[in-house]
Amino acid sequence: MGERFFILSRFDRINLGASTQRRFLLTKARPKKMCNESKGGMNVSMDLRDEKTNSEKVMSGARMLVEALREEKVEMIFGYPGGAVLPIYDALYDSGIRHVLPRHEQGAVHAAEGYARVSGKPGVVIATSGPGATNVVTGIADAMMDSLPLIVFTGQVGSQVIGTDAFQESDVMGITMPITKHNYQIRDTEDIPKVIKEAFHIASTGRPGPVVIDIPKDIAAKAGEFQYDHKIHLPGYEPNVRPNQLQIHKLSEALGRAKKPVILAGAGVQHAKAHQELRQFSDKYHLPVIHTLLGLGGFPGEHPNFLGMAGMHGTYTANMALYECDLLINVGARFDDRVTGNLKHFAPKAKVAHIDIDPAEIGKNVPTQIPVVSDAKLALQALIDAEGPVPEAAEWHEALERNKEEFPLWYEKEGRQLKPQPLVEMIHRRTNGEAIVVTDVGQHQMWAAQYYSFQNPRHWVTSGGLGTMGFGLPAAIGAQLAEPKKPVAAILGDGGFQMTLQELGVLQELQLPVKVFIFNNGSLGMVRQWQSFFYNERYSESLLPVQPDLQKLAQAYGMKGLSAQTPYEAEIAVQEALNTEGPVLVNFQIPQEENVYPMVAPGKGLHEMTGVKP
Amino acid sequence: MKRIVTARVTNQAGVLNRVTGLFSKRHFNIESITVGHTETPGISKMTFVVHVESKRDTEQLMKQLNKQIDVLKVSDISDQQVVARELALIKVMVNAQTRSEIVGLVEPFRAGVIDVSRDSLTVQVTGDSEKVEALIDLLRPYGIKELARTGITAFPRAAQKPVTKMKQYSIIK
Repeated sequence: MGERFFILSRFDRINLGASTQRRFLLTKARPKKMCNESKGGMNVSMDLRDEKTNSEKVMSGARMLVEALREEKVEMIFGYPGGAVLPIYDALYDSGIRHVLPRHEQGAVHAAEGYARVSGKPGVVIATSGPGATNVVTGIADAMMDSLPLIVFTGQVGSQVIGTDAFQESDVMGITMPITKHNYQIRDTEDIPKVIKEAFHIASTGRPGPVVIDIPKDIAAKAGEFQYDHKIHLPGYEPNVRPNQLQIHKLSEALGRAKKPVILAGAGVQHAKAHQELRQFSDKYHLPVIHTLLGLGGFPGEHPNFLGMAGMHGTYTANMALYECDLLINVGARFDDRVTGNLKHFAPKAKVAHIDIDPAEIGKNVPTQIPVVSDAKLALQALIDAEGPVPEAAEWHEALERNKEEFPLWYEKEGRQLKPQPLVEMIHRRTNGEAIVVTDVGQHQMWAAQYYSFQNPRHWVTSGGLGTMGFGLPAAIGAQLAEPKKPVAAILGDGGFQMTLQELGVLQELQLPVKVFIFNNGSLGMVRQWQSFFYNERYSESLLPVQPDLQKLAQAYGMKGLSAQTPYEAEIAVQEALNTEGPVLVNFQIPQEENVYPMVAPGKGLHEMTGVKP
Repeated sequence: MKRIVTARVTNQAGVLNRVTGLFSKRHFNIESITVGHTETPGISKMTFVVHVESKRDTEQLMKQLNKQIDVLKVSDISDQQVVARELALIKVMVNAQTRSEIVGLVEPFRAGVIDVSRDSLTVQVTGDSEKVEALIDLLRPYGIKELARTGITAFPRAAQKPVTKMKQYSIIK
């Protein structure tokens, strides 16, 4: 922490004798109580602690924050204290709201993302000014890209010194403006409840996203009247959730004429809690379903209509279905470049319908004939109720079935090496396919997406849009805290794990039963793979020849550490990990040269896949 | 192509930053921005002149602007009949011979001379961009010392005449 006694010392200088002043400045780490005594009975207008008054409604800004969080039914805060948020932490001390202390602010924000993804509720983060705030920037950008609701409180230096390059000052508003759905800097203590109420509304409605609230230290310390029953008035923010009937009618008609229809479903399905409607819609009109990376789990992975994941490392069947379809129904996906490949060759013969709650996504990348600005659940329900004609697509289904059989995902089964793909399948088997799977970013992420067949929504936590290495371990902590009873498997690479491994301390401290499975290939696998394909195997800085002994590392944190090098050892280790209460880390030594297949090379169309067959 | 887009925004701290940040983030090229109060307290109006590649870009720009919580209403008024005006201040070098010549020159533009010194005079001109442009071109040979333009601010006309675009046919092909 970097407490700054600017205000106190100035106060000191004016009101106390020179000797007191010197003593005060020299003993920075004095307990707060003594500070107060030294001020004696003077009129302390800048008291850093709550002001106690007769009226219950009058309280400090920090206390207002706590009360507002209570009103919003926040169960948990992920935060890290520091100078500018000391008033807030003092109010939290006896607030009864659970606070999780990570070992780095980045851990706090990713944990909040994991919590938000699994629970569907906004994740709440507190960080101090300056470095605290800049350390949460990656997570905020990640949440923005993946539409996760977050409320991030950052401390700020006192309003009197804002703009003077004060100690631990940074322009949080400027830094976070382009990576938040909205951000606020509070200038008056009595605005705190109003701003927090608006922030929760903005973060969790429409297309969810992160909202940052920057609170100067003196604003949190000052007292004001607390009011939480006012109405939210945001004339510039009225997300449209009901589908236009005309467009639904058009889409329903298009379905009747389609010979090769397909659904591309993204994470919007899960944000809207529309997984049942998606299934009904698919069943009723007999429509094949493809998921984006983040959409996985929105439609049961073992359903016969499911074609797999689309995109760069998607299945051949899914990608070819997108290429050949004549009606593409996008539900809550944003046509990311990793999904579409080269846009010139994307769904060239298709009429495109796009259901999205964010109108800016419709037509952004792919020209769209049937735009439906709506909540996915309401739109799908309207389509189910429309009772439109069922497409005559028997031939299409046969062709897709043939592709599924002829071009399934594959890996070489020969040899005694511990391969990552069957390892994911084994974890799936051992967890009955019911675990919440959290990953980092890279090859292991793709293998987990390909081989852990997801049956349920909100069981898949990964960093999609931003591709944040270091996301996995802290996100698993948040996921486990959101669902304490469910098994959580954190599938991580050795590279990403080492970016945030300090959070093992939190696992051990809270005894969270997360099973950390490290797919250790001693390299930054995905970078290595691209260098192998596109840069003549010039492995520039992508190999990690020196690694800590991860098993011992886990033991150093006081948790169980295991390792495995063969399929047999892996089976035993996974079993032992799952049978152990509390956290376990397993280090799986996997071959370095393994690549993720199939693949759409960058710049290619989805129909130009490589590595489709052995 | 050039588009004129107006946005009504709440008068919050940082709202201009939000909007310009958005433009630069998404690589929209701004020619000018004007901002000012409106008839409603707490609400300002921004007028942008932007260069975009295609109609899709304009649509995307408007949608992204609309997503901002402080932005209340966005309109692309390029295809409407508008009154668009800007103001320019032009400081021209003069000597005894050219002074009266220049005063005569600016008169048909209904521009005014607002400051005179021994070796320069400052002209204020208001009008649409073409008019301002024309006067600047006319004054350039005399030597422009300083030039400041406000950028366009615009309104749709109260009475919109129906615009009928004549399709061009050719018999020769």
